[in-house]
This record gives sequence, C-alpha cells and structure tokens, in this order.
Amino acid sequence: MTVSCSRAYRAAFALMIGLALLLLQPAPSYATTRIQHLKTPGGIEAWFVQDATVPLIAMQYAFGGGADQDPADKPGVGTMVAGLLDEGAGELDSKTFHERLDRRAIELSFNSTRDYFRGSLRMLKDNRDEAFGLLRLALTAPRFDADDVERIRSQVMSGLRRQTTDPGSLASIKLLQTEFGDHPYGRPASGTLTSVPTIKISDLRDYTRRVLAKDTLKISVVGDIDAATLSKLLDDTFGGLPAKGDLTPVAEVKPAQPPQRFFIPLDVPQTVVAFGGPGVKRDDPDFMTAYVVNHILGGGSLTSRLYREVREKRGLVYSVYQYLAWMAHSSLFIGTTATRADRAGQTVETIDKEVRRMAEEGPTQQELDEAKSYLKGSQMLALDTSSKLASGLLQYQLDNLGIDYIEKRNALVDAVTLDDAKRVAKRLWGHGLVTVVVGRAPQAAAQPAAATPSKVD
Amino acid sequence: MQLMTTFHRRIARSLAASGLLLALGLSQPAGAQTITSEPPTTFALSNGLNVVVIPDHRTPVVTQMIWYKVGSADETPGKSGLAHFLEHLMFKGTTKHPQGEFSQTVLKVGGNENAFTSTDYTGYFQRVPREQLGRMMEFEADRMTGLILKDENVLPERDVVLEEYNMRVANNPDARLSEQIMAALYLNHPYGRPVIGWHHEIEKLNREDALAFYRRFYAPNNATLVIAGDVDPTEIRAMAERTYGQIAPQPAIAPRRIRPQEPVPTAPRTVTLADPNVQQTVLKRYYLVPSAVTASPQESAALDVLAQLMGSGSNSRLYRALVVDHPLAVSASAGYQGTAVDPTQFMISVSPKPGVEFAAAEAAVDGVIADMKQNPASAESLERAKTQLIAQAIYAQDNQATLAQWYGAALTVGLSVEDIRSWPDRVRAVTAAQVREAAQKWLDKKRSVTGYLIKDTTPKGEEKRS
Repeated sequence: MTVSCSRAYRAAFALMIGLALLLLQPAPSYATTRIQHLKTPGGIEAWFVQDATVPLIAMQYAFGGGADQDPADKPGVGTMVAGLLDEGAGELDSKTFHERLDRRAIELSFNSTRDYFRGSLRMLKDNRDEAFGLLRLALTAPRFDADDVERIRSQVMSGLRRQTTDPGSLASIKLLQTEFGDHPYGRPASGTLTSVPTIKISDLRDYTRRVLAKDTLKISVVGDIDAATLSKLLDDTFGGLPAKGDLTPVAEVKPAQPPQRFFIPLDVPQTVVAFGGPGVKRDDPDFMTAYVVNHILGGGSLTSRLYREVREKRGLVYSVYQYLAWMAHSSLFIGTTATRADRAGQTVETIDKEVRRMAEEGPTQQELDEAKSYLKGSQMLALDTSSKLASGLLQYQLDNLGIDYIEKRNALVDAVTLDDAKRVAKRLWGHGLVTVVVGRAPQAAAQPAAATPSKVD
Repeated sequence: MQLMTTFHRRIARSLAASGLLLALGLSQPAGAQTITSEPPTTFALSNGLNVVVIPDHRTPVVTQMIWYKVGSADETPGKSGLAHFLEHLMFKGTTKHPQGEFSQTVLKVGGNENAFTSTDYTGYFQRVPREQLGRMMEFEADRMTGLILKDENVLPERDVVLEEYNMRVANNPDARLSEQIMAALYLNHPYGRPVIGWHHEIEKLNREDALAFYRRFYAPNNATLVIAGDVDPTEIRAMAERTYGQIAPQPAIAPRRIRPQEPVPTAPRTVTLADPNVQQTVLKRYYLVPSAVTASPQESAALDVLAQLMGSGSNSRLYRALVVDHPLAVSASAGYQGTAVDPTQFMISVSPKPGVEFAAAEAAVDGVIADMKQNPASAESLERAKTQLIAQAIYAQDNQATLAQWYGAALTVGLSVEDIRSWPDRVRAVTAAQVREAAQKWLDKKRSVTGYLIKDTTPKGEEKRS
C-alpha cells in the first residue's frame, strides 16, 4: 500500500498526519509496502517509511549535480567538498564537530558521484535532534578552514597516487576517457594529480553555493520516527538552503562506439581487463529488457554466461561480471575481470566470443525465464535494512520512477519477451567491445591475435 | 572525513572493525534507549548441531548461514589453503543434486549465496525469500556429507583460486606486507599461515586432499546453523530435524581445538616489503594479544575500548597525533580483532605523508602508546569511545545478515550467546584504569612486529615467471 501524504497535509495539522498513517497501515506489514510521500510545510519532499523495529533512523539524500559540476579544469572539487563538509561548520571547528558526532555515534557522510552530490545520515532515534542539527550546520555553514582543506587534499592526493599503479583504476579511467572524451563524464570524479593541487577554498565555496540547493534535492528516510516530527526536522535542516541551484548545464553524450582495444603496460602479477560500450538509458523503453539480458550475459551471479565460460569451464579468472551504468545524460555497460598475463589473450577472446554470441543469437527462452524469476525475487533482498531501503527509495526518485515502482516492477520484468531480448542484445553488443588491458606485455610467442592491442597508450 | 587505509584482513573476515561487538537486546548505551528486539532462540539437535534463530520481520526475507568449526589454522602443515580450496569446491554438486542445481535454485527465487573462510571457520550462506528456507536447508544439509568431486572440476577451480590469490595478494603490496607480518608474529601457531595459503602449496592441492579434509571436519557436531529473518523459531526446529537432523555425528572430532601455542614473545621483529608499484608507503605494527576467548571477559572489552580510543575516527589519539596536530601522515588507525580461538592481533596502520621518514612516524606512534600506558583517558573521551562501540551493536540489528555473521563467528570460536549479549554491559563497565592496564600489559614491543612497505627502486633484472 502506498500512502500519499501531500494532499491531506494541506488541510491537516502535522500531528494528525502521523495518526492517519498509523490507521491506514495494515498490520502486520512489510516495510516496503508502507512508503509515504511526505511534503513538509516548508515545501521539502521526502519518501518515508516509518518502522520502529530497530531504534534508529536512516536518511539518504542527493542534490542534482555531482562531479559533473566540477569546473572543467578542476576535476575533484566535488570530492573535496564531500570530504570537508564534516570537518567543521558554524561555530564548531573540525575537532568539536567530530566530537559532537562521536559522542552520540552519529554517522554522517557525503559523496560526490557522477551526477549527484549525495549524503547519508544515520542515528539512534534519541539523538535525532543533534544529528539533524549537525547536518544543517554542515550543509549551510561549512568552514573550509585552511588546515582542514590541506589535510583532506593530502588524503585525496594519496589515493590518486595509489591509482597510478593500480591496474583496476587505470583500466576504468581509460575506459571512461575513451567513451566520453572531453565530456564531464570522461573526467575522474576524484580529480587528478594535476587538478587537485590547484583547487582553492573559493572553488569549494562556489561549488557548495551552486549545488546545495532545494530545487534538485531528493530525500528518503526510513526508521523510528513519525511523519510530523520528521517534517519539522526536514524543514529545519534543509529549509535554509537556497531555493534554486546554479548548475552548469551538462550535455547529452553518445559514448564512443566499439570495437576498440587498448593496452597499458604495468608490471603487476595479474592483468586487469575492463570492457564496455554504449548502454541503455534509464528512461529508454528498452531499459528493462537490457537489464534482463545483461543479467543473463554477465550479471553478478554464479551462473551468468561469462561466469560459466570464463571461470567455471576454463578457470581463467576469479571474478568476471558486467553491469549497466546509467547516468543522467548517457549510459554504458561495463565489465571487468583479471587473470594471469599469459592467459589475458585467451580471457579477452572468450569474453569477446560470448558477447558476440549473445548479440547474434540472444538468450534462450529458459535463460530468459530464469533471469526474470531471479530479478523479481531479488528486489526484496535489496531492501531488507533501513539503510538499503532508504538508498533504494532515493534511487527510484533519482530515476524518476513513481512511488509505486516497487509494486510495478515485477510486471515490467514479466513484460520482456524473447524477441525483445534478442533485439536489445544485438543493440547492446552487436558492435563488440571497447577493451582496456592493463598488465605485463604477453610474451610475443604466446600472444594470441585477440590480445594484440590496436593502440598502445 | 577520513580516507583511511583499511587493514587487510583475512579472506571475507568482514566483521565489524572492533572485533567482538555483537550484542542485541538489553543494551543501554549512554544517552540511548533500551533495545526491545526479540532475543535469539538457540537449541541443539541430538547429533550435536547448534542452531541459532534471529527473528526480523521487516521484509519477507531469510538468511541461512552454516558455520563449520574449521579454518586455515586447522590445516595440516604443507597443505596451506586447503580449508579455502574446499570452500570453493563445495559448489561442485552432490550425488543427489548435481553441480549447479543448488545455485540455480537460489537464483530462480532471486536469492544470493556465497561462502567465506577464515583462520577459525568456514561458512556458507544463502539469502532468499522466506518461503524458500525449507529447500535451502535441504540443500545445505545434503552437501554436509554428499559432496562429489571430479578432477574435471577440481583442477579448473584450483586455477580460479590461484587467480583469487593473484587478485588479493600478488597484486596488492599492502596485503603482502600483512602476510609477512603475520608470518613473523606467529612463531609457532598456525595463524602465521595465510588463509588463502602459500602459492607453492595451493598449486599442489588436489581432489584427495579436499575430500579427506571434508570427511574429517564437515559434520553436524562441528557446525553452527544460524537462521536470521522473517521466520518463526518454533518452526525452525522441526525443519532442522527433518534435514540436518538426519546426519550422523562424527565422533572423532574433538569438542575443543588444541593448536600449538606461541612461546612468550621475547624480541621485537621488523619486516620490510619492497615493491616497485608502491605509491604510498605504509607502516604497520601488530601486537600479539589475547582474543575474547583467551582473555578474561573484562580484558577483551578493555582492548576493544583501547583500539577505539587509539585508532578509530578523526578524534582518535593516533589520528590527532599523526594527521591533525602534526603533518606526519595522511591516515592513522588501530584495530583489534577479538573474535578468534587463540591469541590474536592488535593492529596499528599509518600512511606517512610524502617525504616523512618512517622513524618520525614511528616515534609519534610510540609517543601515543607511551601516553596511553602512563595517563588514564579523560572521562569524556572514554565515554565517547564506549558510546560508539555500543551503538554498533544497535546499528547491527538493522541488518539480519550482519547479526547472523556476528552470532555465527562468535559461537564458532567458542563464545556463548551470553558472552555476545553481555558485551555492551562489559564495554560500559570498562574503566580508564583498565584501558591503561591493557596498554601496559599488551602493547609491549617484544610482542610486536613492525612492518614497512616501501617502493622498490632497484633496477629490475630478468624476472622469473611463476
């Protein structure tokens, strides 16, 4: 059951809302069937599940505009801001701010992702006023003291230096650069060794001013709190933010077309392979079909075709999987695996062959039926803790899905036909793969044709 | 925010950082409320299988975990990696259910499954919609004794494990340093062997080794079954009787695991690992300290609090001394893993800033330790550390899989349900004097190995291929 609070709210006192919802709840009921759409007197909206099983409250929220709002010559600004918002705000310096969090075991964190600046807050229910109060300070009055900025900068730089010899990082950075070129999606969200040292405090302030605003804010809350109390806390916390952000428009982008191959030499015992290509956007009518066929080919289960062919039958790798990565302005499919240098050629060849076979023949009816069955059943498992449910509800909002999506999703999965699946498999994989191999150069003699790099970086 | 180097722990030992933790019910953290969740139900079958049921009715989902009291520390010398190799092979099918049938069944209902190995235990789990639990129990009980292994699936799986080794260890200089520290810390006890095994021994493991190990250790009287989720405990007993209850116990398995113990440590040790790909140097120090099983109950709680005070979060002593107050490191942390059969480790990890010598960072670490031995923690900081530890027990209640993991691990190493449930009370009772005594008694350099991860700058010769 879904209860929309917003209409009733206009005519009622805050306290009555909680009561009305209580009466409407079937008992006993599962948390996922009790999603409310809350609209506060101050105009803040949130998806909300009241659940008193565990005495805690979990909130997930996001502002539109994450790393794609970094200045073009300064990737990493959003990441620096995310690292610094809990390092002191208002009258509280970093030490005092952390003491206030620690004293009540409040978990507060921020994260700059490709399209969104995200935040997470978790607290024991008795500490809610302090938790939301500290979040309000962090969002509206961050200090960005020079010492704190330098400390966080040194941590970001340490991570970036590590990436320079980490085959997995090198492969995925190269893959995104290849797919998106100069578009913001082609830049690393955590910045680069040359960009991060140039980021100034004014850049951090400018970013917070432009991004942390009410017009793109999406919130979900799960836990032991009633609607009226939550409404007031949300107004207090987010009400003081600017009504409108000042976002740089981000263009739609078509990812580069496969096939392309890259080889990056790095002296490591195990070679890492990343592969990908253009995906299907979340609002594309083919999205669910793509999701299903991707699951069959390389989804993270112990029975996907790639898992079976590359790991089970040939023992080439420990891990191989592929997922759909959808963004606000583009989409990809991305896969990754790792193997011994002298078996990298065979691994790439096997993956290539399976991808081609799926593009040409599509899945079998049995594979399709099994995948649908899995995807329908797995939904509840993804939503079985307060934090996971809050994350799920936030994602549905960011993806512009209705508040009743959980109920509708199974019918969407069921509607996928074998013909659709074959057509979309061809659409996704008919052109092959963009492949990036990072590791030791295979010995010339043992090098199969498939491992020959078409370009050398 | 801290960007911290996480301690490389053993395979899938994903228990919360402070070790023992666990605890539901009855806790009353400073400034927080009483927990009113249902306590777990426990019982034993006549064949010796222990069963724990943890209800959680928020979503129609259930987690089954079976924990075997066997880990890498129970392997025969020369066969390192066997417990973990067998864990992989347990997915190869039985007489009754050929390879793939169990996994397919889990997938068809939208579930997920996996397995994990540590020094002291091996575990298998499935998470499925509640109505599937009966089938899961039937499958899991069946593979307790019904495993069939053939060379055609054993040998490719050994290659898979070698690739897992490459991923976790060979490609990861930080993990290789930890491996060397552990080997140097344990002079006599098998905890010094890596859980995944030494490469030259993994590559020789075979079908017969795996089957012999399986027959020796996989039995109901050597296992704990944990069921967490949307279930009625009264129904579980009958279901367990019908499935696991049909398996005969293995009387040759001793109730307690007796392993070679460490001599009294007499010399501080150091190890240095050089690798050309190191971009961030790392300093680690591990001390040999009692586990929750070998310590007195209050001593282990004091070690939990000591680790929290010293090395967890932005206001911990190490972080303040090395990262905030003096620009020596980009991160600094400490941790204690109490959930172990035998004496375990208190671990410190520091990532020095570029240009900072190890000696300077190490002197600062020693300064913090000396201070903790000499001066009692302030009442305020002690309270903060305890509150955070106790809150973890409440946060854990939000996740049935985490709870199943805590109970499973604790019971498997020999702790009781009562030990688990009273943990918050023991933490609450820890005094500043007890923390100081724990530091004095256990953070003795003779009990430690200090490890240095450095960049190898020597020119490269012809490399041998493995």
